[in-house]
Amino acid sequence: MMAITREEVLHVARLARLALTEEEVERLQGELNVILEAVGKVRELDLEGVEPTSHPLDLVNAWGDDEPQPSLPLEQALSNAPEEEAGFFRVPPA
Amino acid sequence: MKGRIDTLRLTAEAAAGLLERGELSAAELHAAYAEAIAKRDGELHCYLRTTPYTGGAGVPIALKDVIGTEGVETTAGSRILSGYVPVYDSTVAARCKGAGLPLLGKTNTDEFAMGSSTENSAYGPSHNPWDPERVPGGSGGGSAAAVSAGLAPWALGSDTGGSIKQPAALCGIVGLRPTYGTVSRYGIVAFASSLDQVGPTTRTVRDCARLYGVIAGRDPRDSTTVDVPGVELPTAEDLRGIKVGVPRELNEAEGIEPGVKEQVAKAIALCEELGADVEECRLPLSVEYGLPCYYLIAPAEASSNLARYDGVRYGFRAQADGDLTAVYETTRDAGFGDEPKRRIMIGTYALAAGYYEAFYGKAQQVRTVIVREHAALFERYDVLVSPTSPTVAFRFGEKTENPVAMYLSDLLTIPSCMAGLPGLSIPSGLSEGLPVGLQLIGPQLSENTLFRVGHALEQALGFDFVPERLR
Repeated sequence: MMAITREEVLHVARLARLALTEEEVERLQGELNVILEAVGKVRELDLEGVEPTSHPLDLVNAWGDDEPQPSLPLEQALSNAPEEEAGFFRVPPA
Repeated sequence: MKGRIDTLRLTAEAAAGLLERGELSAAELHAAYAEAIAKRDGELHCYLRTTPYTGGAGVPIALKDVIGTEGVETTAGSRILSGYVPVYDSTVAARCKGAGLPLLGKTNTDEFAMGSSTENSAYGPSHNPWDPERVPGGSGGGSAAAVSAGLAPWALGSDTGGSIKQPAALCGIVGLRPTYGTVSRYGIVAFASSLDQVGPTTRTVRDCARLYGVIAGRDPRDSTTVDVPGVELPTAEDLRGIKVGVPRELNEAEGIEPGVKEQVAKAIALCEELGADVEECRLPLSVEYGLPCYYLIAPAEASSNLARYDGVRYGFRAQADGDLTAVYETTRDAGFGDEPKRRIMIGTYALAAGYYEAFYGKAQQVRTVIVREHAALFERYDVLVSPTSPTVAFRFGEKTENPVAMYLSDLLTIPSCMAGLPGLSIPSGLSEGLPVGLQLIGPQLSENTLFRVGHALEQALGFDFVPERLR
């Protein structure tokens, strides 16, 4: 089992949009190694030809009628926004 | 009447009887619980917030704080959702309202339902009514502790890998994780979508069946829901004709406390006395590989579900200098606690290019193995029995330093969750003065059988659900 490097922790944090502190990077590197070693156990089994299960029910395509329904009024949709302006969510420049 | 209501002993069924006979009003009943909460919740911290009576003629209910409630703050135990007030009801909250069940309040949970003790709540842990020095279990520890201490006659929780059953076991009450797809998740804060289920936390199996009847059924707003057979309130006191399997690995796993084994063995012996056919069976791969499989699939799905918390549309936003990405990254680092961050990191890693096949892909194949192993047993048995939790309620801080030790709390509940199977936990006795839970697992949509078996055992066991120190 390969150990996770500091660079990998930083890369994954970047993908997950987490601005980890230096202390968190160090702690998570250790914890992730322990956890991934534990869960890496799934790789022991010979699973040749076994289909994956992504969902525990045999459901295929639950269709709904294609009819317009009322949607949330703008005012309600924005009511929890940290910042809004003129009917939009307001954020700093990208 | 109000002065005579003993919420410590009252079941939801008995409370409904009082209302039907006009011995008190729903408002008075709600007030009696509000009084009990004022008296005892300072010590137990089951509730994150309570709500005034605003109508409804039925038995009041508490809802875990992952369940969206219109006009009532819903935080999922996380700082990142502080101040979030849903503008619509989840389907289960709407169904409770429709059935006339007034809301008592929102109960504490591990942050985003990630945990087995409520110690991961951003708002402080709940305490076990049997011993406040110990955890109530989790993630739904607030709901379980509230029902145990008479601070709610019944409550709803949510279960991904054991978050209804394990706290029910640790608090000495009844908890049902229903079959995947029987209860709508519309309006529920999502954790791992192929696993999450909402279900009841109650004092008796009959109450559990009643509440399941209120919330179960297909919902056009959740396309993973299915049609559900009519719920039958259990009455039978014997188990004649029932075939019980006792999976060796679930009953003899390393880490099961001797006192837990003893109480469960007693309940299994009782099954035979009540007329059931009892036989040992095996679930070797499900128990050995269930936990690692779960701790890949659940974090992977969580990392995706929790991507929506970005400080833009609702909840908390951190002050950040810089561009939009800086707002996302600082909001998420400051808003999430340690456990969600750990799981987001594991999940993101497991889904990343280059590792996907080695981790997530393998875990999904293991899931198929678990589904098949259970299906083979249900060709021979109606229910499987085991302990719900390997241990009784543990002390605060005992497992917080070691994430993997905490994960083992769900060793016995996880395998059946992976297969989408229903599971009922009922109290089977005490070990060292603390409740032990018995887990009953059935095939998909077998809730009525679980209620029947659970009710018969409950009657025969005669467990007193009122915590000894509160009697």
